[in-house]
Amino acid sequence: MYTQALNTAEADDRSLEDVAHAAQFQARIDAEERIEPNDWMPAAYRKTLTRQISQHAHSEIVGMLPEGNWITRAPSLRRKAALLAKVQDECGHGLYLYAAAETLGTSREELVDAMLAGKAKYSSIFNYPTLTWADIGVIGWLVDGAAIMNQIPLCRCSYGPYARAMIRVCKEESFHQRQGYEIMLTLCRGSDEQKAMAQDALNRWWWPVLMMFGPPDKVSQHSDASTKWKIKRFSNDELRQKFVDATVPQAQYLGLTIPDPGMTQDAEGHWRYSEIDWTEFKQVLAGNGPCNRDRMAARRKAHDEGAWVREAAAAYAKKRQYRQSAQAAE
Amino acid sequence: MVVANIEVSETPLVLYTLRRADDALILGHRLSEWCGHAPMLEEDMALSNIALDLIGQARELYGYAAKAEGKDNDEDKLAYLRDVRQYRNLLLVEQPNGDFAQTLVRQFFYSAFADLYWRAMMNSRDATLAAVAAKSEKESAYHLRHSSEWIIRLGDGTEESHARAQAAIDRLWAFTGEMFAVDDSERGLIDAGIAIDPIALRERWLKTVTNVAGEATLVLPQNDWMQQGGRFGRHSEHLGHLLSELQSMQRTFPGLTW
Repeated sequence: MYTQALNTAEADDRSLEDVAHAAQFQARIDAEERIEPNDWMPAAYRKTLTRQISQHAHSEIVGMLPEGNWITRAPSLRRKAALLAKVQDECGHGLYLYAAAETLGTSREELVDAMLAGKAKYSSIFNYPTLTWADIGVIGWLVDGAAIMNQIPLCRCSYGPYARAMIRVCKEESFHQRQGYEIMLTLCRGSDEQKAMAQDALNRWWWPVLMMFGPPDKVSQHSDASTKWKIKRFSNDELRQKFVDATVPQAQYLGLTIPDPGMTQDAEGHWRYSEIDWTEFKQVLAGNGPCNRDRMAARRKAHDEGAWVREAAAAYAKKRQYRQSAQAAE
Repeated sequence: MVVANIEVSETPLVLYTLRRADDALILGHRLSEWCGHAPMLEEDMALSNIALDLIGQARELYGYAAKAEGKDNDEDKLAYLRDVRQYRNLLLVEQPNGDFAQTLVRQFFYSAFADLYWRAMMNSRDATLAAVAAKSEKESAYHLRHSSEWIIRLGDGTEESHARAQAAIDRLWAFTGEMFAVDDSERGLIDAGIAIDPIALRERWLKTVTNVAGEATLVLPQNDWMQQGGRFGRHSEHLGHLLSELQSMQRTFPGLTW
């Protein structure tokens, strides 16, 4: 769903044995060629991408939880079906992304284990709770909206499998975003209670959504290599500004107020937001968000309670293979 | 302001359609509870997919029940504004998910029936029910394949999975008889060629179930006692909790559009 804040490239690739290979690799990147799984690539490129793609996959999977929280309580059958289909899409994104990460040589099991052990990150936005139905609207509208801002440039990422996965993911995300906005529109055209619910959800999600784009450029340390390798094409602040400029008119159309009294529009038409509280961001990243513990506990529970099922499937597959080869030998 | 339960004029056709709609919704709801919590991502996808098919079937059937009733009801009123005594689903489908084996055995028993049922209903003289059947039959065939494969894997997998699958069969078996029961209101529809006689499906259902259980090295119970009541609103205690969750928004904020 979202990766920008998670870009943590290796500072540099210092162990290149083959300078010629590296130069050729960079020349291909500069010529906008796609790097494919069997192509030579610097170890740091592989490591950076494995980390970024797997963190993106973990985000999709953990991201199922806050929205999944409303599947059983969706207020109409149409909303229930749409939400279930949406969360299922997120799961599908997680699957393609794990598959894309596996092309770099690390198995899905290892990647998932790292997440469950708390060693791999996922997007911090999913550590916030979904308290009312309006949160489902806001997540579609803003969280998926921010994800799209981030992911459209990733469709041109230098690594072929990731870029191709992003094309499909972006199509589905833009559908989700429209769905979320439509939920908001329905609430804002509804009763006073519904409008208040929509405003309250916007108030709670606005700042965490802005934090999804990652630390401000002046303190972001990790972008250089990713930029050079054309994994990342825009800075955190550029994308954040683009998102704010796109979102403010949408909020106005809904009749909602962005919870930033200091926000002003500059001469060029950009909406300038107030200082973001980065202490909160750091706290959530450090594991102290409102739902970090619950999210990890839910994923671990699903994993642990599912172990006997996965073992049964593996045992059966093995028995079957044994019987087939025994039959073939007869 | 409407807060209370709606009233439904349960003519034989309305009641018949509602019963099938309730089966689909309640089972779809149960499966949707797994979303995000399944043993593997592939099963998060598959169980959600089956849930979506069933919720889709429920919506078509509720829409038709409302139309057949010809009052002010619609799919959401039928789903969200009837209480436990007005729900008409099979006891089988409201049983809690339990572990993965309980969920899959419940699905297997139901899908083995639904596959035959919808195929037969494609010949209904009621054009709408026949059209719903044509779509549902394709879906049910996939649901049956999915659950059969899992019953075999679990039964013939590890010692633990075998024990869990057997326990699930033993626990859920007594809820299977209700699928084949017919009351007077349905008898008239059967005679008119609108509904099919489920008794005619029982032998083939039992054959499918016996074959799959056999391949899975599982044993079907000998006990013939069958629990019934769901079709008349006499449910297990589980359904009330499910409905209080399903209906919470409509009950808390009555009469609004979402």
